[in-house]
Amino acid sequence: MSGSDVAILDPAMPPSQSRLAYRPSRHIKEKVIEAMLLLAAMVSVFTTLGIVYILLSESVDFFRHVPLIDFLTDTQWTPLFDDAHFGIMVLMSGTLTSSAVALLVAIPLGTIIALYLSEFANSRVREIVKPLLELLSGVPTIVYGYFALMFVTPLLQKLIPELPGFNLLSAGIVMGIMIVPTVSSIAEDAMRAVPMNLREGSYAMGATRLQTALKVVVPASFSGIMAAYILGISRAVGETMILAVAAGMQPNLTWNPLEPAATITAYIVQVALGDLPHGSVGYQTIFAAGLTLMLITLIFNILGYWLRRKYREQY
Amino acid sequence: MARLDVTQIRALIVRHKRWDIIFGVVGIVCLAIGLMTFATLFVDMLLDGYTRLKPDFFTSFPSRRAGEAGILSAWVGTTLVMIVTAAVAVPLGVAAGIYLEEYAPSNWMTDIIEINISNLAGVPSIVYGLLALGLFVYQFGLGQSIATAGLTLALLILPVVIVATREAIRAIPSAIREAAYALGATRWQVVQGHILPYSMGGILTGVIIGMARAIGETAPIITIGALTFIAFLPPSPVTTELPFLSFEWLKSPFTVMPIQIFNWTSRPDPAFHANAAAAGFILVFMTLAMNGLAIWLRYRIRRNIKW
Repeated sequence: MSGSDVAILDPAMPPSQSRLAYRPSRHIKEKVIEAMLLLAAMVSVFTTLGIVYILLSESVDFFRHVPLIDFLTDTQWTPLFDDAHFGIMVLMSGTLTSSAVALLVAIPLGTIIALYLSEFANSRVREIVKPLLELLSGVPTIVYGYFALMFVTPLLQKLIPELPGFNLLSAGIVMGIMIVPTVSSIAEDAMRAVPMNLREGSYAMGATRLQTALKVVVPASFSGIMAAYILGISRAVGETMILAVAAGMQPNLTWNPLEPAATITAYIVQVALGDLPHGSVGYQTIFAAGLTLMLITLIFNILGYWLRRKYREQY
Repeated sequence: MARLDVTQIRALIVRHKRWDIIFGVVGIVCLAIGLMTFATLFVDMLLDGYTRLKPDFFTSFPSRRAGEAGILSAWVGTTLVMIVTAAVAVPLGVAAGIYLEEYAPSNWMTDIIEINISNLAGVPSIVYGLLALGLFVYQFGLGQSIATAGLTLALLILPVVIVATREAIRAIPSAIREAAYALGATRWQVVQGHILPYSMGGILTGVIIGMARAIGETAPIITIGALTFIAFLPPSPVTTELPFLSFEWLKSPFTVMPIQIFNWTSRPDPAFHANAAAAGFILVFMTLAMNGLAIWLRYRIRRNIKW
């Protein structure tokens, strides 16, 4: 019995040999593990740095060939033609128009669903519906793209006969439906976080459910609802496959959702499908386009952050 | 006069209650629009593609003739990419989650990491594709390979895994940690012996949701330049010679299910659209099954664990 198990019980043993003695190996192991875990956590920071580095370094090369003023003001986008034009407005118009259509669908539907689930539905309905909505947001976007092109567009063509096969409208509508669960689940979480005594106070004054929902719950959870909208916007702006499939890949400066148009994301897909040589201006355009996309989402995120701070309610 | 007031108030109440009912109906209609769209999508895919859902659809390569084309290279590619993604994202995500919950001091560096993770969750997926194109394909020289795709998707789902891990760990009461520390356990012993086992279910749920997302991601994989027409399989991971394992498949060109669907959808010939619908149905079914499993797991965990 020379094991350290009994050492602690033996008063004759000097403390330096006991189990309680400081063992450097144990501490080194702890430090190594902690360092490894920190490294894993830092991967997210490296990813962000990588994204910023790649987008900026390739874009800097791009803007050496194309002046920034042309990029922002030109009304044509023909980077692969001999007579090359690089007017990002053309792609921006497609992105913003399709996002606007998507939000016109997603914000009303998402908000009403959130209000209904949080203030009107009983817990049984909620338990069943919430997972179903979650499933809806798990459908791959390429499948939504197929659905927009093969089902929604023919359906819309019955209502609007002159609608072309590729159009921003059907892509936008399907995109909106896809975003509904994102908006509704975050908005609902925010509404449910409103303390019960606020509602009780409202009911005690004789308000109905709808009055309580609109005049107490919505203002109290406004910052959370805004967060939901902002996330919906970022998803719409960054959505790729639905637009690449259903909205066509033809650059078109238009604000009319009935027309086909390429978005920033669809253009990146189009270039990636061909084989442009690494380092050419055509190759660099997709990074400039990606940088623009990041800046748009960044602007909306900052706006959302500001709105959230302005309207935050503390209980 | 007083009686009139009462009737007026009653009318007012009736009117307000009517609005309540109207909104309730509107809410149900909105829900129905969302859920019906989903049901329509599912049925539409099935109706368009059911003629192609035969065993040889799974065992044939894509072909120029729509009737003979299949998804063999696509589902093998998807499986291999998912293996790489899981092998990278799960250890990294879980480790990062453990660090942030159990180790991280509250200082500016932790703040930066946390803000970063929530920002990354909002970055459009195609931007990850651009990162991979610039970094993995050209700077690291990995080419348009399974390894590149797996790493890209791993970075994409990392925030999902980290957030799920943190939530699962946060649900463990601190009394358990304190008891372990009181007995002289080190931090890692607490994590290994208590935190990890108790949060396993929640982590698994997050991993499945992340993988379901990765399986359907198209844009980043197209961006790295994956080929759309692949009529061969990557080299087998198991060989007959020592050491019986080969990692050549990591460097192989590939295609995945979403890219195959995209390819078939963008062809003008309607015969290929049936293939796209069939493959799409399989893909939706797979993501639904994975998400359903995750939801069921979460439900079971919630019901079974009582601290």
